[in-house]
Amino acid sequence: MHVPDGFINAPVSAVAGVVAAGAVAVGLRGARRELDDRTAPLAGLVAAFIFAVQMLNFPVAAGTSGHLLGGALAAILVGPYTGVLCIAVVLLMQGILFADGGLTALGVNITVMGVVTTVVAYALFRGLTRVLPRTRRSTTVAAFVAALVSVPAAAVAFTAVYGIGGTTDVPLGKVLTAMVGVHVLIGIGEAAITALTVGAVIAVRPDLVHGARGLATPLKLRVDGALVDLPAAPAAASSPAPVAARSTRKVWAAGLAAALVLAGFVSFYASANPDGLEKVAADKGIDEKVQEHGAAGSPLADYGVKDVENARISGGLAGVIGVGATVAVGSGVFWAVRRRRTPEAPGLRTTESV
Amino acid sequence: MGAGHAHKLYRHGHSPVHDLPPHCKLAAVLGFVVVVVSTPREAVWAFALYGVLLAGVAAVARIPAGFLLKRLVIEVPFVAFALLMPFVVPGEQTELLGVSVSVPGLWGAWNVLAKGTLGVAASVLLASTTELRSLLLGLQRLRLPPLLVQIASFMIRYGDVITDELRRMSVARRSRGFEAGGVRHWGVLAKTAGALFIRSYERGERVHLAMVSRGYTGTMPVIDEVTASRTQWAHAAALPVLALAVCLLGWTV
Repeated sequence: MHVPDGFINAPVSAVAGVVAAGAVAVGLRGARRELDDRTAPLAGLVAAFIFAVQMLNFPVAAGTSGHLLGGALAAILVGPYTGVLCIAVVLLMQGILFADGGLTALGVNITVMGVVTTVVAYALFRGLTRVLPRTRRSTTVAAFVAALVSVPAAAVAFTAVYGIGGTTDVPLGKVLTAMVGVHVLIGIGEAAITALTVGAVIAVRPDLVHGARGLATPLKLRVDGALVDLPAAPAAASSPAPVAARSTRKVWAAGLAAALVLAGFVSFYASANPDGLEKVAADKGIDEKVQEHGAAGSPLADYGVKDVENARISGGLAGVIGVGATVAVGSGVFWAVRRRRTPEAPGLRTTESV
Repeated sequence: MGAGHAHKLYRHGHSPVHDLPPHCKLAAVLGFVVVVVSTPREAVWAFALYGVLLAGVAAVARIPAGFLLKRLVIEVPFVAFALLMPFVVPGEQTELLGVSVSVPGLWGAWNVLAKGTLGVAASVLLASTTELRSLLLGLQRLRLPPLLVQIASFMIRYGDVITDELRRMSVARRSRGFEAGGVRHWGVLAKTAGALFIRSYERGERVHLAMVSRGYTGTMPVIDEVTASRTQWAHAAALPVLALAVCLLGWTV
């Protein structure tokens, strides 16, 4: 999916470059918070990990295999800021060292493959972990869904960029068909491997999984065969609790903003899809008439109809994904807002037990 | 790590192109690619001239044509996409070798193929004449944020280590009779990735501690300051300036 030079025209590439630079700047600021002063070595090693994991081929069916994109995996394991940063660095190095992806298309590549995948995956992951019960299994399930949606979302984003600044007028419906169709398949593999990987890491070092930080349970003492809450020194108990509360609130505010952006973005394309399809249908209709005039009975007429159907199915698929993402994130937002307003008790109980 | 720190694309040599400061080369390649991308696709001869320019650079750098052509294989997936274009783009139809193809589709395919190939060739030339470390220094000289350059350098330095770890795990799996044959084996691969992540992360923590214990305060000291003289800049600028002239001709003619 690395876009080469000349695929997207110069102005759109420049705009995408600015967007990518902004995202990297935000990532640099955020990564300092996520990794404190260990940013450079840790982010570098995580980038090396993503670089290596992209070489891990998994067999899809007889004879074919795919490889991980790693956006969702990075966002869930090390957090969205570090994730964006690591993928941007991987893409930069691939572009300069291995000529994989054009230099002028670097902005497009970072925006589509780095920013869209990580932001979509992380927003969805956060929303789902809010809704689902707080267990390890639900973290894995959320990772699965996040990775599943993030790959076609990147394909939709690519189609959008191509629609604005593509150098050739391939009908958008067809680009969408090809991109989303292929990437739904890739997404299933990506989702399974991402979820299993997150599960494997949680089983060994749950503290390393950024997306599962809320799962840590308070320590308990076994006194005379019964489990007793660990009696904590009042000073120690009072100081970490507000920090935790404030940081989750901050994460939640960021998640809400991301969800709103996501909902607007995705629903825009979900609603814009029929227009594109109508356009394709109209194009193909005109095409058919031309064919009837010129070479009646050519396979192209049949091909056109078949393709519109394909486009419609895949468009519908993209729509379903978009709506699903919006609903999931939206309900996550709703749930969280409602939960904060009504019961203060669970929060109080946890602070007491700590 | 035994194979030295040069990356696979690098080709050791002492040509005038090898000796140019890295940031000059980076700027020149970027300028060249931008010019190529903004050339109108109807000016077919302009792209031929760009090809000649790159061939000239390769000759000065003493990079054999076979080496360069082998590296262009990276482009293949998008070539496949480009070859599809004449069949899916609607518009005026024409006959080519007995097959009905569309004219705008042909132009689109040509556009992607020509510009993409020239871009890849320019990048390959840069990578095969510039050492890794100096490339990173060049990026830093071009005002890329220092933290980003540090992350990139860690990624490059430990990329081989991590990839080797992955390879060793793969050898271990295969020597125990494992063969990834379908969906059933995704779990095994995922556990590999999980183990790899934990190892990478913990190595990152160890590297950080090692750096702190050697006096790291958040910034890397710059040991060798690369500077470019006016003539070096002029030599590097030859490629994009000539390309710009070709591009302007392409727009006017």
